[in-house]
Amino acid sequence: MTLLTESASTTGHALELRGITKIYTVADDEVVALDHVDLTVASDEIVALVGPSGSGKTTLCSIAGGLLSPTHGSVEVAGREISGYSERQLTQFRRDAVGFVFQTVNLVPFLTARENLLVVDEVGPRRGRAARDRADQLLEELGLTDRAANLPAQLSGGQKQRVAIGRALMNEPSLVLFDEPTSALDSSLGDQVVRLIRHEMKARGTAAIIVTHDDRITHYADRTVHIEDGRITE
Amino acid sequence: MTLALREMRRRPGRFAIATTILTLIAILLMFLGGLLDGLEASSTGAFRSQRADVLVYSGSSRNSLERSRIEPEVRRQVESVTGVTRVGGLGSVQLGGRVPGRGARDLVPTVLFGYELAPRGLPSTPPVVGTVYADDSLRSKNVEVGTTIRLGPARSMVTVVGFVSDTRYIGQGTLWGSLETWRQVLNANRPDARVGPGVVQALVVQGVSLERAGLPERIDRATDGATTTLTITQALNALPGVSQQRSVFNQIIGVTVVIAIVVVALFFALLTVERTALYGVLKAIGASSRTLFAGVVLQAVVVALVASLIGIVASLTLDALIPVGTIPFVATPTRLLSSAVVLVVAAVLGCTFSLRRVLRVDPAAAIGGTP
Repeated sequence: MTLLTESASTTGHALELRGITKIYTVADDEVVALDHVDLTVASDEIVALVGPSGSGKTTLCSIAGGLLSPTHGSVEVAGREISGYSERQLTQFRRDAVGFVFQTVNLVPFLTARENLLVVDEVGPRRGRAARDRADQLLEELGLTDRAANLPAQLSGGQKQRVAIGRALMNEPSLVLFDEPTSALDSSLGDQVVRLIRHEMKARGTAAIIVTHDDRITHYADRTVHIEDGRITE
Repeated sequence: MTLALREMRRRPGRFAIATTILTLIAILLMFLGGLLDGLEASSTGAFRSQRADVLVYSGSSRNSLERSRIEPEVRRQVESVTGVTRVGGLGSVQLGGRVPGRGARDLVPTVLFGYELAPRGLPSTPPVVGTVYADDSLRSKNVEVGTTIRLGPARSMVTVVGFVSDTRYIGQGTLWGSLETWRQVLNANRPDARVGPGVVQALVVQGVSLERAGLPERIDRATDGATTTLTITQALNALPGVSQQRSVFNQIIGVTVVIAIVVVALFFALLTVERTALYGVLKAIGASSRTLFAGVVLQAVVVALVASLIGIVASLTLDALIPVGTIPFVATPTRLLSSAVVLVVAAVLGCTFSLRRVLRVDPAAAIGGTP
């Protein structure tokens, strides 16, 4: 498989987007969501991606995470050029190289906190004991050991968000994409979660892109990138 | 896969409706199958119990035992055919039987058979004239060993000396005696159908195993068309109503299977719609469509297996509770297992309607990345 044998980049970048254009066809109209976007994220950098609704930040995040393919341009994540990947290769890429934390948390409701982390192992080739050890370690680091057997419905908003962060880190990704991670939390909890994100990313040397409307988050980012009408206006 | 099983364990309520409906369908399938088997068994037992390769009717009988008559001369011709090892006469007469302890007008429908070559479960030498073995089903009609049954308008008396199982004929209990007993009872009660010495209704023929192929044709050629020779299967299918009732029941079973497919298809299509967001997230973190669809199929198979298991237990219970000779229902392992297999296949087929929906789930939707 190309994905497994491809050598890592020597650039040291977690993400490198070059000339990314994304055009959606809606009915007979073409909507340009991203217009010749260039963005580089260093291997342990935290980037806040800020912009109004419909500016293209979620599309950019989706392309960086291999959820969407660009219409034009090249996407390189941790040295892997993924813009030409097939659906199957993108699925494997997401499993191996990126982590996601979604806006609505989206934990599997019938799984415990620990099992929600192990889902990442279950959907791909099983690692068994190594995955269980990794899940236990992450739960401990995130202060969730005593909540490991709880279902999402038994967890607070902040605890759910921490489980989601743990799930995103399960596959030891090079890049974690956060989609409005504080939108469902009150300001103090949101602040706590963003501090936790920064701590976890820096402790692991993992790059992160945090899509947000919330200007307060930008204080915790290494860099803030503004996007408007599909163009970066940094 | 463990995700799918865990969901079933943690949220059994979600699958309760589908399991209940499929259980009812499983019971219906197995009950219909059991009735079909029971009806066939009660119609065909007398022929199935024959230790024979072929049955020989007279050429003009139109494959009916009742209309058939074989003369001694024809019998000799059959006996001389290459490959034929043993030939026995068979005769039957359907008569109402008066059983002690039952009302004078409460006649028990019976068929008296006269035989030479013993069917399975009967002694090789037929009982002495005036005595018979009775089919098990007649026990429910107060017939016991030693009971004297008076047959037909002539009140011909036969005494039961033992029982034999699974030998019913066209839904009626049978009595098995010698050809002489049969002739006497027939001639006394059916003057219009009297037979002379040596005359029988059909011949039960056994052949050498290597010569069995083409045996019916050789026999009919040897008798110059005076006979129609049928294999046991052909003779069973020629019995009145057997193939028709099989066809009707199989059509009802077929419609039931289609209903099962529709139920599974609708249920899992709804479940898949409900799970669209969850599937989006799982795809985003690296689950393939194949993994997700395999989970749907696994859940459908588990639901079908649980339904089948309950259906099997219900059918076996019903079979044990129904007194012999009342409702023609038998729960055979073959029927129960084949019904379970059919239900599982229906469940898998039903699931395929959800496949497109699973394939179409866009992982980008989990992050709101599509317009």
